[in-house]
Formats: sequence, C-alpha cells, structure tokens
Amino acid sequence: MADSARDRILGRIRAVTGSKDGENPGLRISQPPLLIRPRIPSELLPRFVEKLELGGGSISQVAEHAGIPAEIGRFLDAEKFPATLRAAPALRNISWGDGLEVSYGSSDGGDLVSVTPAFCAIAETGSLLLVSGEDSPTTLNFLPDVHIVIVESDQLLAHPEDAWAKLRELGQVPRTVNVITGPSKTADIEQTLQIGAHGPRKLHVILVHPE
Amino acid sequence: MQSQSHRFKQNVSVALEDVSLQKALSRVQEGFVDKRAAVVSTLPEFEQLREQGREIRNHVLDHLDFYLRRFENRVQALGGQVHWAENAEQARDIVRDICRRVEAKTVIKGKSMISEEIALNEALELDGLDVVESDLGEYILQLAQEPPSHIIAPAIHKTRAQISELFYNAHQKLGYTKKLDTVPDLVNEAREVLRSRYLEADVGITGANFLVAETGSNIIVTNEGNGDLSCTLPRVHIVTASIDKVVPTLDDASALLRLLARSATGQEITSYTTFSSGPKRAGDADGPDEYHVVLLDNGRTEMLAGAFRDMLRCIRCGACMNHCPVYGAIGGHSHRWGYPGPIGSVLTPNFLGLEEAGDLANACTLNGHCASVCPVKIPLPDLLREHRRRQFERKLQPLPARLALAAWAGIARRPWIYQPLMATGIGMLRLLSRGRGKFKSLPMLGAWTRTRDLPAPQSRTFQTLWKKQRGKR
Repeated sequence: MADSARDRILGRIRAVTGSKDGENPGLRISQPPLLIRPRIPSELLPRFVEKLELGGGSISQVAEHAGIPAEIGRFLDAEKFPATLRAAPALRNISWGDGLEVSYGSSDGGDLVSVTPAFCAIAETGSLLLVSGEDSPTTLNFLPDVHIVIVESDQLLAHPEDAWAKLRELGQVPRTVNVITGPSKTADIEQTLQIGAHGPRKLHVILVHPE
Repeated sequence: MQSQSHRFKQNVSVALEDVSLQKALSRVQEGFVDKRAAVVSTLPEFEQLREQGREIRNHVLDHLDFYLRRFENRVQALGGQVHWAENAEQARDIVRDICRRVEAKTVIKGKSMISEEIALNEALELDGLDVVESDLGEYILQLAQEPPSHIIAPAIHKTRAQISELFYNAHQKLGYTKKLDTVPDLVNEAREVLRSRYLEADVGITGANFLVAETGSNIIVTNEGNGDLSCTLPRVHIVTASIDKVVPTLDDASALLRLLARSATGQEITSYTTFSSGPKRAGDADGPDEYHVVLLDNGRTEMLAGAFRDMLRCIRCGACMNHCPVYGAIGGHSHRWGYPGPIGSVLTPNFLGLEEAGDLANACTLNGHCASVCPVKIPLPDLLREHRRRQFERKLQPLPARLALAAWAGIARRPWIYQPLMATGIGMLRLLSRGRGKFKSLPMLGAWTRTRDLPAPQSRTFQTLWKKQRGKR
C-alpha cells in the first residue's frame, strides 16, 4: 500500500516535472550556489553580542578556560541559582574546583542548571549552534531552567551558511542540530511576551576570548 | 475536524458580534503587522530575499520528484523511515499503525498544520491514545476543543480570562486549585503540567517547516522549545509533512528561514531552529530510537499540475492573514477548518472542493495586501479570483448572483451601452445625494446600507472627464 502510494505520488509529479529533464538539480546539492547573505555592518563580536541580547540572552567573557568555573559561579550567585551543574561530558577536561557541584550526562528534567559546549556561534543572528552526540546530550539544551553555553572566540562565524560548511566537514549531519537564539519564550496568551515557556528561562553565554 | 466552511456566511455574522474576538483581532495589528514592518525596515536585502525565496521554491517545484527521492534516500541512509500518503486517511493510518506497533500510550505533539489537515488527534484518540498538544496555544485550544484560528498564534482569539477558566477546570484534578489571572502564572502552570507529559510520552509528533534533501533533515522552528522537546524525549519521533516542504540544501533552508521569522512574528529569528536527522546514533546520549517521516500529498500533486501551482511555494508564515482586512474583521474561525486567512481561502477549496468552501474566496476584497507581504510572492488575489471564475463557470453561486454578474458583464463589455448608462446613473445619484456625499439607505441596497453608508459619486464619470479634457494638456 505505502509503496504504491509512493509510486503514484511520484508518478503524478513526474508527469509535470518531466519537461525540466535538461537541467541537473543534483548540482544544487553538490555545488550549492552562493545565495544572498545580509551584510553585517560591524565586526562579528559586537554584532553577535547585540543580537544575542536582542533575543534575550546574556554574555560574559573570560580570557582563558581556567576562568570558566569562577565566571559560572559569579553568574549563578547573581541570579540566585544553586551552584549545582549538569554538564555535557564534552566538558570533562575543565577543572571545576570546589565552588561548583558538577555531574555529567543527559538530563531527566530534574536539573536547574546545565552547561554545554557550542559547535559554533553565528554573528548574523546572535545564535548558538549545538549538535547532539555521545558527549553532548540534547536534553541539556531544553530541560534545565538555566542553560549556560561555552563558546570559543574562534568559533564565531558570520552566517549560518558558514556553519553549514563546517557541519559538512563532519561527513554526516548529527542527529540533532539546535540553533538557539535566546531563552524559551511564548506570546500565545494575548500576544504578551513571556520568557520560559517550556525550555530554559535563561540563556547565558561564556565566551572564551584570549586577549 | 469536520469542515464548516459551507457555513461561512453564518459564522461571519457570529464573529462580527463577538466582542472578545474583536479585541483579540485588534492585537494582530499591534503584535504582527507593526513588528514585521519594523524588522523588515532594518534589512535592506529583504526585497532581494523575497525574489530569491520565490526562485528557490519554484526551483523545488520544477524538480519536486528529484528532491523528494533524494530526501527519502538520505533519511533511509540515516536509519529513518519515509512513508507516503496520498490522502488524509492514509496518513492517519500510517501514524496510528506506528503508534500501535510501538505500544504507545501517550503522544506529545509539536505544532503541525498537517496534523490539523488530516485530523490526526481525533484518529489517535479514537484508538485509545492520550494525545497532548505541547505548543501553549494549541494546548489551550485542545482544552477548549476548538480548531486554531491563526497558523502562528493558534489561540489568538482567546482572552486571558477564558484561558484562566480553561486551566482552572482542566488542572484541578492535578492539584492546581487556584484560579490564575496573570500571563506569567498561566504560562508557568502550563509549563509544569506539560513537563511531566513530555517525560512520559512514548511518541513525539511534530510537523516540519522544511525538509532538507541534502541531509535528510526535518526543520522545526519554535519559540517555546516545545516541538524541540517533542522530537528529543520520546522513543519514537514521527514527522508529518506535506510533499511541498522539501528544499534542496541547508543554505536554501537558511535563505527561507530569514524570510519566515520576519514575515511570521517580526523576529529576525525564533528562539529555536531544530534539525532532526534520523534516529539517535550509536553512542548518542539521548534522542529517539525510531524516526519516521510521513509525506502527504492530499491534492498537492493536482495543484502542481494546475492553476494553483504558485500556492505550493507557501512557507506558512501567516503574514497574509495578519495583513488581510477580512481576516482582521472576522478572524480565522469563520473558516472552521485548518488553514485560515487568504492561504486558507485558496487552499481549502483545493482540499475540500469548491462546493464546500467556495464562499471563502468570495469574501476577499481583492485589495492585494496579502500578495504585497508574501515572502515568496504568491499572487494570492489572482488565485482567489480563479476560484471565483470556476464557481461562476460551474454555476455554483446562487442564481440571483449569477444573473446579476451576467447582466453586468453584458453591459460592461458593450461601451456604447455602458458609458451612457454610467453617465446617467452617476449623474442621478449625485443629484439624489443633494450634496450630502453619502446615502444612509437606498432601495435594493439594504444589505450594504444596513451596516454602512454608501458614498455618493462626487463628480462625473472618468470617461466624461476624459473626453472633455483630452488634448488640453
């Protein structure tokens, strides 16, 4: 049944598209044409920060990886969240010190704060791009109330198209790719914006930016 | 969902008298129209992007079989399954059979217009499944047992007080006994109630804003993170999508996403854009064990071959309804089925037939706002006019309307009758109005003058003026 439905649908389409047989649509995939990209009138970092904040996210910078735990501690203290983290296993090499209680793995919904690495960041829209994998569970991006994302300054790209080029280098696209721009929000009740619908109420970026 | 499009005229009368609906509709203007205008004004490339969007979508339609086969091939290579459905019934059966096979009890759903189109919830509930909508707007409507009235903001017609009442009635048995009156409290309660539903769901069903042929991915766009949880937490992820949703590459998807968010909500980008490709991989920390895509035709291959092909470019942003003065007056419920606004008036007769849904096209004023904001330049007024032409051709309109139109056509096509008749008629109306500039009532035009004044002609006909002035400039 399903197969014959497939053949009938494709057959009906074929009857219409047959006239375009001279063209080779496969070329669009093997050699994607250069499409219009909005001009970014400033340096990438200020643009990233501007758009991230427009989307409701926040950012702080550290000069080296060793500064990450203290910066997270400061942020959680200021926001009055407990210093207990659920971290992506990819961040095992960070020495968290004594101030933070850190566990690793995916989330079952019981975690208030998560910390994950980014695959890259996109200046055009102030977005973070996160990919799923053995060491980077997707549940950490959505279930906790606070989502902290570590970004290296050399991961900052101009446009999503640059991120796709980087993604293609992996050979196979990961199961889940999340492009995240700010915390979860909704305007479904009387068009009133409310932060924290189903996902994180806060999105904070820690940018590792060697001077 | 049983279509009520044939009751369109009665539904409109109800909508126009509905005070809370009228209040809600006035928010569409502030909430969507102004925000879109603001965000478009900051992007100098927007018009070029619209043209490019039109070209990408046309290219896909020109090679639709190629891209669908390529998409199917990629999904299968990643361990997912693609199912083809010619109509709503086949699509419902496919989803129901998957749910039966995996012995699902609870289904969590991201927002999907295809799910509305095929009336999926009713079918699954009939099969004993607990089906939960997770988009806040859709959840509210599920409690109210109503269809969406807007494709982006489905519960736009509901007031806070109505939502508070719905939550109070539905959540009491879960221990929430307080009646809430602020938006933050209502959102928080929904968040808490729905959180456990995500975690216990066996199957997650989402739509697709796009399907990417290059990678075999489906893309969903949300602000809440609801659809994203729906495709991550349950052990089975089912995507319901129509065949026109496919795009060639990730780059093409980005080009269209730039148009989508701006046109839909006036955002540059939504909080979440999630790409799902196949089931979870070996070693992955989370994600579903099974990934299914149901590709729905339901009349679209027929549209591809005919006069409504341009409609298949649609990326479902809702800008046309936000800018439609008719939608602004009556909302989306007068359609009572699936797609509201201008796109609904074009699509619904294609899905349900002109006999059932022809009145939708007749409500249009042909003002052209919808086409001027459409991110992929669909000539919506032309398509609506085509529906009218077909109704006339197939004698579907009431006899008096057809006779009046035939008489009008007979006169309008004969200038030697039309011109003197108009000159006399307009002159008489001008005299009758005695300089008041409008008529409060006129014989035979009661249907018009009951709710508004008829403007009186202010001058002579264009033809008369033209004859008089020709050669004087």
